Amino acid sequence: MHTHTHSVGVVASRIAHFDKPTKLKSGAVLESYDLVYETYGTLNATGSNAILICHALSGNHHVAGYHSEKDRKPGWWDNMIGPGKPVDTERFFVIGVNNLGGCHGSTGPSSIDPLTGRPYGKSFPVLTVDDWVETQARLADYLGILQFAAVIGGSLGGMQVMHWSIAHPRRLRHALVIASAPKLTAQNIAFNDVARQAILTDPDFHGGDYYAHGVVPRRGLRIARMLGHITYLSDDVMGEKFGRILKNDTFQFGYDVEFEIESYLRYQGDKFADSFDANTYLLMTKALDYFDPTHHHRNTLSQALKPATADFLVISFTSDWRFAPSRSREIVKALLDNERNVSYAEIVAVHGHDAFLMPDPHYHDIVRAYMEGIAP
Amino acid sequence: MTNITRPDFAAIAAWVTPGAKVLDLGCGDGSLLRYLRETRQVRGYGIEIAEDNLAACIKNGINVIQMDLESGLSGFEPQSFDFVILSQTLQAMKNIELMMSEMLRVGKQSIVTLPNFGFWQHRLQILSGHMPVSPDLPYQWYDTPNIHLCTFGDFEAFCRDQGVAVRERIAMHNAQVVTFLPKLFGSLAVYRLERAAKTA
Repeated sequence: MHTHTHSVGVVASRIAHFDKPTKLKSGAVLESYDLVYETYGTLNATGSNAILICHALSGNHHVAGYHSEKDRKPGWWDNMIGPGKPVDTERFFVIGVNNLGGCHGSTGPSSIDPLTGRPYGKSFPVLTVDDWVETQARLADYLGILQFAAVIGGSLGGMQVMHWSIAHPRRLRHALVIASAPKLTAQNIAFNDVARQAILTDPDFHGGDYYAHGVVPRRGLRIARMLGHITYLSDDVMGEKFGRILKNDTFQFGYDVEFEIESYLRYQGDKFADSFDANTYLLMTKALDYFDPTHHHRNTLSQALKPATADFLVISFTSDWRFAPSRSREIVKALLDNERNVSYAEIVAVHGHDAFLMPDPHYHDIVRAYMEGIAP
Repeated sequence: MTNITRPDFAAIAAWVTPGAKVLDLGCGDGSLLRYLRETRQVRGYGIEIAEDNLAACIKNGINVIQMDLESGLSGFEPQSFDFVILSQTLQAMKNIELMMSEMLRVGKQSIVTLPNFGFWQHRLQILSGHMPVSPDLPYQWYDTPNIHLCTFGDFEAFCRDQGVAVRERIAMHNAQVVTFLPKLFGSLAVYRLERAAKTA
């Protein structure tokens, strides 16, 4: 079924277990943890063709291909990664990993704490982008990869790429930072906090220990996702797709679904609430808020990026207002100040922040051209 | 090697010091920067607005920043480049005064290439009642992107007014240097410019 030439086909996830305690940015220590990951393509003899994909808020390790012959939906970045695709798995060995704290197989709040035999819940430590990069580096060690040909990420994933370039400059040759920002604005943090409040105030949240009560804070998570979804789309694309179209032809003078946009958002919210863990959502949004390579203006961004030696490709999308082009230009400016090799593309796109996941031809041409240039 | 070498490339390369830091405004597919990297080992960046050109630049292995030059060079620090190059682009820009001042804010020197509206064949075409069309001005009046054409004399007077010193000029035609009556027989000129020293 999924044997088309441009797909990596059916893929299996693997789990790497780490027994060495890891000290987190918050000071908390995690005694042991698992990271679930997938790989596509073949690592070459010198290990020089490895690519790490860093996922965003709701992403995971399943980046490309299908989990079974019957699987309807491929991995979240399947249009970008595969044989003959912009990130060509015939030339590169691509790794997707579910970040620590995730809910798709890596140790997270919904995992069983070996000390108590119960889910971590609220005792799971709050994580930062730095913690993710450190644990991704442990996975790279485990897989025998000393240096990545490139680390690639969009949105929150782009922040991980930036931190990789600063914290482990010798472990990556290229950094692809897509639809990202050097740190969140107040408006962005505000959106995240409304999302968190929706979850935290859900009566089914139980302080984060809802697992023990056999419930999930579904209403909160659903609203959080609906809000997020609005901010990931542009006003234009929402207008174009839904406008003021009604499900029925006339007003119902009630509060059930009437407009198509309501139906769409509720559907997206429901789908997400069925598949995602609320504690993971809280943790991911917090990591977004905390990310700041300048450490609260103690440095300029130029100073913060000084240790980075990788070559950069920075990409933004014109209609993305959550991670606007001006934010990507800040990153570019800081790299120019440091005389780093950097290219920057501002893709004309209508899809808002979600554009980074769309198969726009110009966007893909640029990534393809860049990746062809760096293939070992 | 570069596929297309425009006639002004060699003249530009002759002025660019080896290892210099170069900013190429309106860099197209990146051919000039690639040529300068291969012949002069320059480090640098191209600026380009056309999305079709970006992938071409990346294929040419050069750094390219997508931005609109018409809004200036914000994001670039003063005197942060040895050379800022504007090759056959100035005549198509709206705000020439802003561009000139930005080039010499960001660059210690600037190299500008422009077609000569006063080339003898152009003068003849006007005398015969038509807008000039030639290898250096290949457009018809209705489809030309060139909105600010000038003669060498016009450009040099403009530089004087702007406090810009012309350090060198090479007039060319058909990829050959023209020394005899260059303002008449040169169809293209390459200028090396610096900010004129302020007189007390």
